[in-house]
Amino acid sequence: MRRTLFENITHRVLTEPAPKPDEAALAELAKSLKRAARAKLGRSLSIRQVDAGSCNGCELEIHALNNAFYDLERLGLRFVASPRHADVLLVTGPVTRNMREALLRTYNATPDPKWVVAVGSCAVDGGIFAGSYAVAGGVKETIPVDLHIRGCPPSPTELLKGLIALLEQAR
Amino acid sequence: MALIDSIKHRESVKAHRPWPRVVVGDDGWQKAIELLARGRCTLLGLWGDAGDVHMALLDEKAGDIAVVSYACKSGEYPSVAARHPPALRLERAIRDLFGLEAMGTPDTRPWLDLGFWDVRHPLGKQQRAQNPAPYVFLPAEGEGLHQIPVGPVHAGIIEPGHFRFTANGEHVVRLEQRLGYVHKGIESLMAGASLDAAAKLAGRTSGDSTVAYSFAFALAIEAALQVKIPPRAAYLRALMAELERLANHFGDIGAICNDASFALMHAQTGILRERCLRAAEACFGHRLMMDVIVPGGMARDIAPDGPNALRALLAEAHKTFPRLIELYDNTASLLDRTVTTGIVKPALARQFGAGGHVGRASGRNFDARRNLRYAPYDALTFDVPVLEAGDVNARVWVRIREVEQSLTLIEQILNALPDGETRAPIKTTARICEGLGLAEAFRGDVLVWLRLDGKGRVARCHLRDASWFQWPLLEAAIEGNIVADFPLCNKSFNCSYSGHDL
Repeated sequence: MRRTLFENITHRVLTEPAPKPDEAALAELAKSLKRAARAKLGRSLSIRQVDAGSCNGCELEIHALNNAFYDLERLGLRFVASPRHADVLLVTGPVTRNMREALLRTYNATPDPKWVVAVGSCAVDGGIFAGSYAVAGGVKETIPVDLHIRGCPPSPTELLKGLIALLEQAR
Repeated sequence: MALIDSIKHRESVKAHRPWPRVVVGDDGWQKAIELLARGRCTLLGLWGDAGDVHMALLDEKAGDIAVVSYACKSGEYPSVAARHPPALRLERAIRDLFGLEAMGTPDTRPWLDLGFWDVRHPLGKQQRAQNPAPYVFLPAEGEGLHQIPVGPVHAGIIEPGHFRFTANGEHVVRLEQRLGYVHKGIESLMAGASLDAAAKLAGRTSGDSTVAYSFAFALAIEAALQVKIPPRAAYLRALMAELERLANHFGDIGAICNDASFALMHAQTGILRERCLRAAEACFGHRLMMDVIVPGGMARDIAPDGPNALRALLAEAHKTFPRLIELYDNTASLLDRTVTTGIVKPALARQFGAGGHVGRASGRNFDARRNLRYAPYDALTFDVPVLEAGDVNARVWVRIREVEQSLTLIEQILNALPDGETRAPIKTTARICEGLGLAEAFRGDVLVWLRLDGKGRVARCHLRDASWFQWPLLEAAIEGNIVADFPLCNKSFNCSYSGHDL
């Protein structure tokens, strides 16, 4: 263990510079955030992730945001365990009918002001699962969405670009 | 003697490949159940069709598979679960999706239909949904028991499912799972889909195993249409499958330790996992390698500088991973949490035909790559690590040993990668034909069964994740353990919700 820890001190830092906020995300947020209270939260947002029906591909990339290369927390973004502690709901998947009620309850349990970020192509409109008897559609069919981050799945860098845009707009 | 010869059947379906499918009557169906109940063969799958149920059986030693089909009379078939419990959830799912009833089944509660759909039996004779009856959990009675309901929305970045714990103080007396929350209706979307669309759906059944699903789906299509793929494509498929296995095992080994609050391991294996995904992107243009395996071969060849990226990954893994193994093995506080925690008894693993590290940590010596010898694994050399202890620690060690095997496999593939084409043309025939494909995902064997309609479309496709036979064992593994050890047990299994719920 000592060798590993020591090497970590002498090693070059793995964490990469944060990307610039995504322009399209900034434009989408400029519109959607007008209706939200622009509370001053400092440079910090707490995120509650909700899988509303994804294939778990998006979850893998969201997980990666915590690794040494992306190190989400240095940007003031952190994942929390309860919607009651959250400013942001990060929702993945086509919303399945079996998860719609749970998503709605999670949204209602999140205190205002709050933002919803829909992650992945399925979260936009159901993606390749649209039209199934078991799918309610994109996230916006169930709860209001402030920002979409597209991709199947979006890479951690794409996720970061969107979240940084949110951080800048929400300030 | 082939497995199929021991089961009395009426006819053999000619257009089913590569293993036989036979139509049986009551005696043949009962004989198949008998073979399962006596442990003579393993249940690979049980799924519905228009008016029929199909059951796939595996003779592990011989590497032989047979599919038996039973034509339901007035929507009924004799229950398999009545004598062979691993079939129980499959029967409940068949009822929800097709409306076919298993006569004599010990549990008639719904499984995937949680009461939110507009239709009942969406894949069978559809009916308008009625108000569902309240779901009743199994009882646990005794003094001082309390219940802890968890989910479907969990505390971490994890898929949704409901766990109902009944505990006596800290000790779990009973865990009952309720799944189905991420049911997307994949099998209904498969019906009538073009081969391209169906391949995309298969690759999104469980995102962490997208390569394995695409692999199994392609094998099933190629079997049905009798397509022979170029050797280079087969080698590249295995390369991707091993890379996917590495990434998942790295991630999970760290995550298990993290659930025992040992964050250092998580941070270190997280770096290795990220390096795997970056190598995958350098080689195949997608971090999870989605949609790269297609029926007929590969959508694209490996990038010219791909092999160098992989050799750099191997060098890094050979340098740092042994140190992490040592770290795991020498941290007493960590082993205190993993050794003797969440034991799956070998008899149960065998009965359920548990695949992957769950089975192999409990003495079930099965790996589809070795036992079924699909290309290119028949030409590669590797060990299948098997342990007997069945606890969290054993599952960690099986994963550690599998990481080592995958590293050598990637090296072998890079050294022996044949030149040439990477895709054979897919010519659809005008005949109805059926195929069965199995591929070893990181968590166990994925089964894909399909029927093509003779017009270039999928008529019916069934996908069976290894999780179907692992989730029930998690209920058994946690019994008598403390609630705080559940995350450890759960992560050491890492069953798929999406792959199970479909």
